[in-house]
Amino acid sequence: MSDLRELYQEVILDHNHRPRNQGELPDANAVAEGHNPLCGDQLTLYLKVEDGKIADIRFQGCGCAISTASASLMTEAVKGKSVDEVREIFHRFHALVTGEAEGQEFFDEFDSLMALAGVKEFPVRVKCATLAWHTLQQALEGGGVASTE
Amino acid sequence: MVVDSEVVLDVEAFRAEFPALRQQVRGFPLAYLDNAATTQKPRRVLEAISRFYERDNANVHRGVHELSVRATKLYHEARATVASFLGAERPEEIVFLRGCTEAINLLAHSLGSRLRPGDEIVLSELEHHSNIVPWQMACERTGAKIRVAPIHDDGTLDLEAYRGLLSERTKIVSILHVSNALGTINPIREIAEAAHAAGATVIVDGAQAAPHLPIGVRALGADFYAFSGHKVYGPTGIGALYGRYELLEELPPFLGGGDMIARVTFEGTTYAKPPARFEAGTPNISGAVGLAEAIRFVQEIGLERIGRWEETLTKLAHEALGDIPGLTIHGPKDRKAGVVSFSLRGAHPHDIGTILDTQGVAIRAGHHCAQPLMARLGVPATARASFGLYNTPEEVQALARGLEEVRRVLGL
Ligand SMILES: Cc1ncc(COP(=O)(O)O)c(C=O)c1O
Repeated sequence: MSDLRELYQEVILDHNHRPRNQGELPDANAVAEGHNPLCGDQLTLYLKVEDGKIADIRFQGCGCAISTASASLMTEAVKGKSVDEVREIFHRFHALVTGEAEGQEFFDEFDSLMALAGVKEFPVRVKCATLAWHTLQQALEGGGVASTE
Repeated sequence: MVVDSEVVLDVEAFRAEFPALRQQVRGFPLAYLDNAATTQKPRRVLEAISRFYERDNANVHRGVHELSVRATKLYHEARATVASFLGAERPEEIVFLRGCTEAINLLAHSLGSRLRPGDEIVLSELEHHSNIVPWQMACERTGAKIRVAPIHDDGTLDLEAYRGLLSERTKIVSILHVSNALGTINPIREIAEAAHAAGATVIVDGAQAAPHLPIGVRALGADFYAFSGHKVYGPTGIGALYGRYELLEELPPFLGGGDMIARVTFEGTTYAKPPARFEAGTPNISGAVGLAEAIRFVQEIGLERIGRWEETLTKLAHEALGDIPGLTIHGPKDRKAGVVSFSLRGAHPHDIGTILDTQGVAIRAGHHCAQPLMARLGVPATARASFGLYNTPEEVQALARGLEEVRRVLGL
């Protein structure tokens, strides 16, 4: 598969066209906004955290296919996970999209996140893939505005 | 549309002078369509810069030795070249600065120091952040206010509404000549006439006009006119501000230091006359030399011809892109300068940019440092192809083909 086809593979296009967990979360108890100044992408993340776990999560915003798909995939991957687990997943995800996880067996249980591995061939797009995750981290740390810069 | 480029301009001959254009990107010949961001440099500009460093390098104004004399002479000559390029009355009306951004900051600081609470600065919805943020900072310092002249849906200025904003409170009208995001050419003469009638000072951001149109600051009625060298085939880090001499003479300095003084004691300092007053410290001498060479280059070709060629390319692009399903071109249809800004339904500009890049086609995707304009157009960002004198109809076709690939890859 060419780098481009790998970047824009079916899973990504599907999550871009039909993002999961999109919309507001009326009973959210943590909210954060994310900005990618490079391309103007914006995202608001709503979380319901209960007993140290992400009970529910939704996002709103507009962005490129990579950031939208990444946000959508992220919401699926972290729902039900503890805050500590989320931190660990982000750590691994970051390594995956920056190419630092080369050859490591990281993602058995988060197969779908592997769809974003193609980003590593496009370093300028890493920030698109990590915007939602930075915003999630921001929300867990008390809200506010996250920026990829 | 059939184009006989020879009639307008011998593009192939010019292309040969730009080393950066002769390369493959990801296995495709580079189609550089990001000229509004910055242009490539012809070899003669690169050579003028290295010749300066190899032969004439010395500080200016400071030495009695041969090299300093030569460097000073080249620097003065560069100033004269810029003055003739802009149609200034005399070289002393040209201040060398880092670029357009620094020029507007200088004015926001120095002209801005006279603003009082209740005074107004009129900008337009088309402005680049560099002609917004310095004024917001000036307003914070002085209590003055910004008023924004709106545009029509086609990206042209609403002159009627603009005139309606002017009053005795208007002290400054600062407006771009050509929009970097849409290519709109503003009717500066009318804008300036109305501003002057209200007693305001007129500042023109010429960053995108300088590479595309012949400029006559006097005829335009600009009190100040700023541009950046790197967008006119010159080096980065050098640009110029034109100011009518009487106005420059009244203006307090921006930065303090060497070269901008007449006499310094610890009790006080007398400032030098313009332009030295505004050029504190060692200037970008090699940059000025390179810029002068770039200006000679475009003057030899002729800005009228360059403009006509870019218009041809823009028309071709409108034709080639107009047939693509879901594609909308923003801004005016014609009478614009070398910019085609567009959206493709279902495709974010950033994805368009990445996919085009894999085919060697370089465009800009984003908000173009004009977020208020993006908000006005109701889009988060656009994809923008912008042309220079060396672009070809084949490159426009490469863009159109690339967009078909975008549709395939994204499943549109
Ligand atoms: C319309 C306009 N104004 C100002 C600028 C700022 O120019 P510079 O970054 O060279 O200072 C630009 C550059 O993008 C521009 O397009």
